[in-house]
Amino acid sequence: MGRFWSLLFLMVPVFGVGVFVWAMAGWWPMRGHWLPENINAHGGVIDSLFMFILVLTGVIFIGTTLVMFWFMWRYDAAANSDRVAYSHGSHTLEVVWSILPAATLVFIAIYQMNAWADAKMRRPKLADGNLKPPVAEITGRQFEWRIRYAGEDGDVGTADDIQIVNDLHLPVNEEIVLSIKSADVLHSFFLPNMRVKQDVVPGMKQYVWFQPTKMGVYDIVCAELCGWGHYKMRGRLTIESREKFDAWLAQKYGEQNQATFTPPPAQSE
Amino acid sequence: MSAVSLPVHHEAQGDQGMSARQFINAYVFSLDHKIIGLQFLFSTLLWFLVGGLLALGIRWQLAWPWSSMPVIGPMLFSGEGGQISPEFYTTLFTMHATVMIFFVIIPILAGAFGNYLIPLMIGADDMAFPTLNMLSYWFMWPAFICIGLSFLWPPYGAGGGWTSYPPLSAMPEAAPGSAWAQTMWLLGVTCVGISSMLGSVNYMTTIIQMRAPGMTMFRLPMTIWGMFITAILQAFALPVLTAAGFMQLMDRMLGTGFFLPEGLVVNNSAMASGGGQPILWQHLFWFYSHPAVYIMILPAMGMVSDIIACFARKPLFGYKPMVYSISGIAGLGFIVWGHHMFVSGMNPLLGMTFMVSTMMIALPSAVKTFNWLGTIWGGKIQYTTPMLFALSFVSMFIIGGLSGIFMAATPVDIFIHDTYFIVAHFHYVLFAGTAMAVFGAIYFWYPKMFGRMMDETLGKIHFFLTFIFLNGTFYTMHILGAVGFPRRLADPYDYETFKHLLPMNQFMSVCAILMVATQVIFAYNFIRSMFFGTPVGRNPWGANSLEWFAPSPPGHGNFDKQPIVYRGPYEYGSPEVDTENYPQWIPPPSDLKRIQKPGHH
Repeated sequence: MGRFWSLLFLMVPVFGVGVFVWAMAGWWPMRGHWLPENINAHGGVIDSLFMFILVLTGVIFIGTTLVMFWFMWRYDAAANSDRVAYSHGSHTLEVVWSILPAATLVFIAIYQMNAWADAKMRRPKLADGNLKPPVAEITGRQFEWRIRYAGEDGDVGTADDIQIVNDLHLPVNEEIVLSIKSADVLHSFFLPNMRVKQDVVPGMKQYVWFQPTKMGVYDIVCAELCGWGHYKMRGRLTIESREKFDAWLAQKYGEQNQATFTPPPAQSE
Repeated sequence: MSAVSLPVHHEAQGDQGMSARQFINAYVFSLDHKIIGLQFLFSTLLWFLVGGLLALGIRWQLAWPWSSMPVIGPMLFSGEGGQISPEFYTTLFTMHATVMIFFVIIPILAGAFGNYLIPLMIGADDMAFPTLNMLSYWFMWPAFICIGLSFLWPPYGAGGGWTSYPPLSAMPEAAPGSAWAQTMWLLGVTCVGISSMLGSVNYMTTIIQMRAPGMTMFRLPMTIWGMFITAILQAFALPVLTAAGFMQLMDRMLGTGFFLPEGLVVNNSAMASGGGQPILWQHLFWFYSHPAVYIMILPAMGMVSDIIACFARKPLFGYKPMVYSISGIAGLGFIVWGHHMFVSGMNPLLGMTFMVSTMMIALPSAVKTFNWLGTIWGGKIQYTTPMLFALSFVSMFIIGGLSGIFMAATPVDIFIHDTYFIVAHFHYVLFAGTAMAVFGAIYFWYPKMFGRMMDETLGKIHFFLTFIFLNGTFYTMHILGAVGFPRRLADPYDYETFKHLLPMNQFMSVCAILMVATQVIFAYNFIRSMFFGTPVGRNPWGANSLEWFAPSPPGHGNFDKQPIVYRGPYEYGSPEVDTENYPQWIPPPSDLKRIQKPGHH
């Protein structure tokens, strides 16, 4: 039976690698079962880090599981007539297999720090060196995303803001900054195609930034449990040309201003 | 250690057996560590069933969203045609995690195996504080009752996630499951904490004070090292969770507002209190719950080390490096909690330091894995059921350990945080790792506990099917995670990005259902073998550690002869003797020429 069990454990690297390769290749029935299309100019670095770690861990995974299979096969009591190796370990080996992974891990840690700083700490700046102001403010609320664009006064948070629910429009090929916050409980502002995710915390104002490179309609996902309706807290992100975006914004502004209250004419008898 | 009731019959009146009072003292409010261990074992196995069924509820909804859920659906939601409510879905995953973590994994490792094995493996007659030990089991009951009560009325349990992040969990208005079910949840978890604390001080004292003559710290089996370090982790981390739990209770009931910021309006009702910070809870919670992750695996690693050395018939490779890596994991385990919070709104600069410490904690895990592989190298491997489960622990832990590196890399975590990638990761560590180790440990120590063997053929079938189906269920989760498939959504298929993932979810759910069904084989084998298994002697596996010196099952006081320890627990294939194993309690041969100088460790 030792042979059978060794082969079962050999299936771990075989299927383990197979499933990932299959998904990456997008063969039936796993079409689109891989990283969704990245449309953020700064998102590529996250994808390449993901792939880098995948290759690195993949090599270690294949190596260790194959070694395990070989030992199970070779040292099966039913097939191995040698005397048991009476060994309590090897100091040299311990040192080697401590230092090698340690060096690799420290390398990964340092290697990615820049990407992290770019994604979370270095908010884009204007030409004059000031931090770029947000184009819109997004407030998570059970169970919707409330979006405010600045009105004619250019400031978010004033009476003439353009207020929209769940329908975020943004211009393509521009550095976008959004301010995000929460009105009630925790939510998480997740744009899968932008590789952007940030929990929104009541009482805190935070910023996310990205640069869309492709026009289209994408999902805004809530990625932090926010109550019974968490699953339906879905927003839509439309990336369009600057002209279309400006026109859309103007139209929304107009709609909103027309919506001022006019009392109905008095009923005559 | 002697003023305890004896589960023996010499005081009983003739052939009538024990009186009711004696029975209660011996088997219910028992002070004997073995009975307490078995009480923990039976309770946690029953909760394991509950937790597994809750998981099937989750899998049902993800595979066949809004279709009538079998059994539960028509029972609770007959008005909706058996279709569960979205708030019940939040309850399902909250309670699945709560039950599995607080009522299964932690108490089965520390409570069941810790209690049963510590005195036996160190050569003591019982724990240092038997009454405290009994209390540690009986404090689980208020927890069972609290959680049981939280299930009774809609929405049938707490729904704030097992992490209970405020404000959702701290305000009864925030969600249906955040009303009194959440209060019951907090009380229940606090009682589990009390139980663990009582256990942990007892384990530390026992291991330090009550070792048999000759049992030095570096002659302890790895199981005991795992339990010892776990006890230390619990003693230092638990008070924080208990305090945080009470703070949340006060936020809920007294309006203290530790975790609630100013000006909160939730579900159209304004909060009176404020001045708090939701992220504070996350820091406190993970300060306990990250070390708890190691509480949930270190004892399993110890047991696996013992099982692997025993059935490889070879000394454990690198005993001291193994001990140091367990200690290293425990030490580093206290400074990595922030990796649960990379995108929580915590200062990103702090994220960098947590990323470095998190990367470093992968190192001792790697060292342990290499040492397990070193142990089977050059051995004579016997493929018994416990060995298969132990080997699968190693194999699956490689997957779970490596997938952790993705999340530790902060930029990658931005994308895969709160997706199925993390769900895959912790199920590989906790189910494919710890639960498989626990199965192995049950098969391994069952003959000691009940004096009879479990059926090996059924055991191997149980192993084979569980191994296949668990990979079918959990490995595919990595792929979902790569797509960004978020966890905790009752119906993710509304999103364009995730619409096409339904068939894969159905495949996973089928595997999950079959995996739970497979456990029937285990339950049958477990119960049947208690009465009809092959009776065994003291040392059926030819192992080395002290518990095999005691009778099977050990009587009250454990050992009929005082054990004296002459060597470490992993002397298999020693040239000093002609037998394969060389137990700790056997005096060295009189022919001194055979005695080698202690080898290089």
